[in-house]
Amino acid sequence: MDALPEFELLRPTTLDQAIKARAAHPASRPLGGGTDLVVNIRRGIVAPPVLIDVNNVAELRAIRADAKSIEVGAAVTLTELAEHPDVLKFYPVVAQAAAHIAGPTHRNMGTVGGNICLDTRCIFYNQSEWWRSANDHCLKTTGTVCHVAPKSRGVCFATFSGDLAPAFLTLNAEADIAGPAGKRSVPLNSLYIGFSRQDQPVTETLGDGKFYLALRPGELVTHVRAKNTTGLVSAYDKIRIRRSIEYPVAGVAVALRRDGNKLAELRVAFTGTNPRPVLLEGTAALCGGELNDHFFKGLDELVRDQIMAMKTTFTPGHYRRRVAGVLARRLVTKLFAA
Amino acid sequence: MARIVKFVLNDRARTDAVPNNILLLDYLREIVGLTGTKTGCDGGECGACTVLIDDKPVLSCLTLAASVEGHRVDTVESLGEGGHLSAVQRGFHEKLGAQCGYCTPGFIMASAGLLRKNPNPTEAEILEALGSNICRCTGYVKIIEAVQFAAGLRAQGIAP
Repeated sequence: MDALPEFELLRPTTLDQAIKARAAHPASRPLGGGTDLVVNIRRGIVAPPVLIDVNNVAELRAIRADAKSIEVGAAVTLTELAEHPDVLKFYPVVAQAAAHIAGPTHRNMGTVGGNICLDTRCIFYNQSEWWRSANDHCLKTTGTVCHVAPKSRGVCFATFSGDLAPAFLTLNAEADIAGPAGKRSVPLNSLYIGFSRQDQPVTETLGDGKFYLALRPGELVTHVRAKNTTGLVSAYDKIRIRRSIEYPVAGVAVALRRDGNKLAELRVAFTGTNPRPVLLEGTAALCGGELNDHFFKGLDELVRDQIMAMKTTFTPGHYRRRVAGVLARRLVTKLFAA
Repeated sequence: MARIVKFVLNDRARTDAVPNNILLLDYLREIVGLTGTKTGCDGGECGACTVLIDDKPVLSCLTLAASVEGHRVDTVESLGEGGHLSAVQRGFHEKLGAQCGYCTPGFIMASAGLLRKNPNPTEAEILEALGSNICRCTGYVKIIEAVQFAAGLRAQGIAP
């Protein structure tokens, strides 16, 4: 195997040092478990001149969860999140999503920040240097065409596939971000800007598969936070070709509140389908009634209109969209009955 | 760029000058000379390079050697003492958990990590814990039996 390219490795021990290091080196990449970043460095997809290993920053390694709220540091490992007793008790959707990521050894390494900011991917991107070179590269790297969507007019359709994002989106979570201009918090949903921006320039609110995060140069996601909602029940599930390691055919998080026989509130979020995790819009209009054919037809229509899965090695896009819809139906039914 | 890294490898303290851009896998095999840890897919998909850091299984092909500073690393060479196999090694030997054997050090370390955390795992827990490892020969049945056998050996105090 080729050696890794040269890079500078910084190992801050306080959040302040980490923020300063990141601000001083906008071309750097924060390094958590390396389960995605190191693979991409090895494949020559990215070559950051500076890596900032954030695993020794105590402020980023803490989980604080109780009946009222949850706050998770970016360097918490996925195993720690999946097994945390209070996360399991009060925020099962988060623990379930964490437990669905890759395989157990990857989860011992991979971090919350890495999964929240996970690089988007497609079958033409996550390949070796010679493979990509033989295909004249792609829009997300140095090419001019998006091979999964050749008529995309300059828009990259690489897919976001992190599992934690949909889970946190159903909790209306916020992301804490630190950078050269100080700290800010944004709704997690607005961190993701992977839309199909056809013919429009990339802005802080409008990107695509290549420009998929609303992070400014030198910024770092430090925490994810959410408040609990009384009476909200939630769960996460995903379908993969294999049950471990594999990327999702589709992943779905559902949170709902039931009032008697009626659905009072519904939030549904998907991963593995679009260049961003999709918090389904329009679910409020489906609430207020029972779970009947009319409801499921409405849910299917929202999925059809907003979910835009691309082909993978094993499955065509339209199949993946149907899987996403079926998975959402199943989870809604299960949670409503519980 | 290199840095001085202090850590504990297979119960022995080590201090080494380690380049920033060398992976733990290559460090173990090429610099220390411990070739029990195998290079498989080289991309975090197969688990052949699994070692334990602070008793947790990790993929050495995706870990920077410099990041083990202050930690405890165990490779397959750490198992077994004085010519006696460890429980997991005996399990894989007696229950025929290895065929070609290339994935075996990785499976053994993932299994050792499981039994240190959970000495009496159910079959479902074994399947889950070995989910990051791939074996193209055995079909996994023998591997699961090997881990169950090893858990029994440990419980009876026959092997560590």
